[in-house]
Amino acid sequence: MSTIVYIPRDSSALSVGAEKVAAAISQEAAKRGLAVSIVRNGSRGLYWLETLVEVATDKGRVAFGPVKAVDVAGLFDADFLNSFSASAKAHPLNLGLTDELAWLKQQQRLTFARVGITDPVSLDDYLAHDGYSGLKNALAMKAADIVKTVTDSGLRGRGGAGFPTGIKWNTVLGCAADQKYIVCNADEGDSGTFSDRMVMENDPYVLIEGMTIAGMAVGATQGYIYLRSEYPHALAILNEAILKAEQAGYLGDNILGSSHSFHLEVRRAAGAYVCGEETSLLESLEGRRGLVRFKPPLPAIEGLFGKPTVVNNVISLATVPIILHKGAQYYADFGMGRSRGTLPIQLAGNIKQGGLVELAFGITLRELLYDYGGGSASGRAIKAVQVGGPLGAFLPESQFDTPLDYEAFSAIWAVLGHGGIVAFDDTVDMAKMARYAFEFCAIESCGKCTPCRIGSTRGVEVMDKIIAGTDREKNIKLVRDLSDTMLNGSLCALGGMTPYPVLSAINHFPADFKIKDATV
Amino acid sequence: MLQGISMNQELSVQSGWTEKLDQLIAQHKAMAGALLPLLHAIQDEFSYIPESVYEKIAKGLSLSVAEVHGVVTFYHHFKTRKPGRHVLQICRAESCQAMGSEALEAHAKQCLNVDYHQTTADQSINLEPVYCLGNCALSPAVMLDDEVYGRVTAADLDGLIRDAKKAEAQG
Repeated sequence: MSTIVYIPRDSSALSVGAEKVAAAISQEAAKRGLAVSIVRNGSRGLYWLETLVEVATDKGRVAFGPVKAVDVAGLFDADFLNSFSASAKAHPLNLGLTDELAWLKQQQRLTFARVGITDPVSLDDYLAHDGYSGLKNALAMKAADIVKTVTDSGLRGRGGAGFPTGIKWNTVLGCAADQKYIVCNADEGDSGTFSDRMVMENDPYVLIEGMTIAGMAVGATQGYIYLRSEYPHALAILNEAILKAEQAGYLGDNILGSSHSFHLEVRRAAGAYVCGEETSLLESLEGRRGLVRFKPPLPAIEGLFGKPTVVNNVISLATVPIILHKGAQYYADFGMGRSRGTLPIQLAGNIKQGGLVELAFGITLRELLYDYGGGSASGRAIKAVQVGGPLGAFLPESQFDTPLDYEAFSAIWAVLGHGGIVAFDDTVDMAKMARYAFEFCAIESCGKCTPCRIGSTRGVEVMDKIIAGTDREKNIKLVRDLSDTMLNGSLCALGGMTPYPVLSAINHFPADFKIKDATV
Repeated sequence: MLQGISMNQELSVQSGWTEKLDQLIAQHKAMAGALLPLLHAIQDEFSYIPESVYEKIAKGLSLSVAEVHGVVTFYHHFKTRKPGRHVLQICRAESCQAMGSEALEAHAKQCLNVDYHQTTADQSINLEPVYCLGNCALSPAVMLDDEVYGRVTAADLDGLIRDAKKAEAQG
């Protein structure tokens, strides 16, 4: 009988040698005449343990990690395929049953329920793990009831803005038009974030299902996934999954024999961060420079090609199937305050145990950084964390007890954004980070509005003076004044939120700017 | 600093391009918002999009040459000059900075003897900055052609460059 061995095909796992591990296991098994059936699953998101190899047993999967190709012969010598043998148990890379790993067991994986468990491109695997249960329920519902279910679940846009998804859908539903669109914003460009990539590479059908339900809910028959060009593996996997879904009748005309039709296409972005802004994204999809549009009109009313358009982030859309499958209340029962459900949090930067932690809103940064993250990778003190990407505030240790909740973050002048947390140890120079925030804005500005286009470059220049020690206090005042202009005068979040990392760095870490306190 | 730009990079449409270009334009013409998909297809095929093809693209999609120029130059991904045979992207974003990417980029520039956006003298590698590869739990990250590498040390980077050159030499 052949033993099933799971080896991830997720690009982070591949980045530390998963392909070589798979080849080595296959060769070693052949050499020893052992029957092994390799399944390329997704990653469980315990990235410091990649390549995480799992062996199927009648008690569940047994994990070994982090495995390198050079470890493979030793694993076979220890009879790792027979995972409960004394020698396999004694192997230093044996982590025990995957489901019993505390890091994983304590999570509340709703959106990520299948990630790392299934073969991403196998439709049968998807169906065997509750896949398309949400769509089947939606097929029996009226459009307005689907929208109401999403509204009642409390789901808010996971891309960063936190706008209630159901309310956006309702606007599109209420527009009369000959054509409407569902656009998935998969231009995940924030440093410290990778949950969109994980969904697309490791469970692509959940995104396809979510978009199909969105189409049925608002009356859209065409969808686009606007995918960043830095994700070639996600592109290949999505295209393969879309083709299989079409062949099985889950996409295309008359879905599962119903009167609903939905066509889906992946469009590649081209490396412009600003195209993560929804109107810039629509310009890009239409074939133009990604210049931000004035609002109104809202994209929900006049979006892609001038038609009513739902623009949602990958995680928002990928969360829709479980809401339709288990009901609005099931999802809304997780979370705190007005932040309902779960957030796929990404632990990144200088962190010992980085990866994907999906939990109900309400967990504190400290719990995430130390209980899950295990502290810094360097072993030094964590001095600052940046939450929410390059436009998110830097938080000092004194704010680590803030719970992850949209309103709690807003109250300390910070943002949750897309749930990415980047840790920095005490070697970080916050003045350099503030300079970098301006530099990044200057590189990525679309150029349409003056505060962002000019302000970012002036910001770099002033920061250079501060770092060089020229008129520090006067120049800090100038940065504050410039930040005020950018905050209030920019057309979109790029210019409008660059002051978050800049000012939070000055306010919380005045010593790095060599000023006595942050009151200047 | 070596500029590393060879003489033949500003050439007009090269022989063999015309037919393929026509074919790609014909394939994309009917698409809604065809310009970006077409530009991707051209760059996938020829590795860059020289200015000399703008007119043909413009004509094919009923756009002005200025519009095509504007779009090609807006996006960091599109290249208007022939790149090296491999593209090495080093992530400069915050997560990688927290794990020492600055030292890694300095090392890459020094050992390849190029700055960002330049090609090595032997035309083998283009060095480019990138702002996030989505591999932030395993920072610092780099991408060589279509493959991402995580927890990259200076020695790892040397190995990647050596392997890429060795694979080329073996043809």
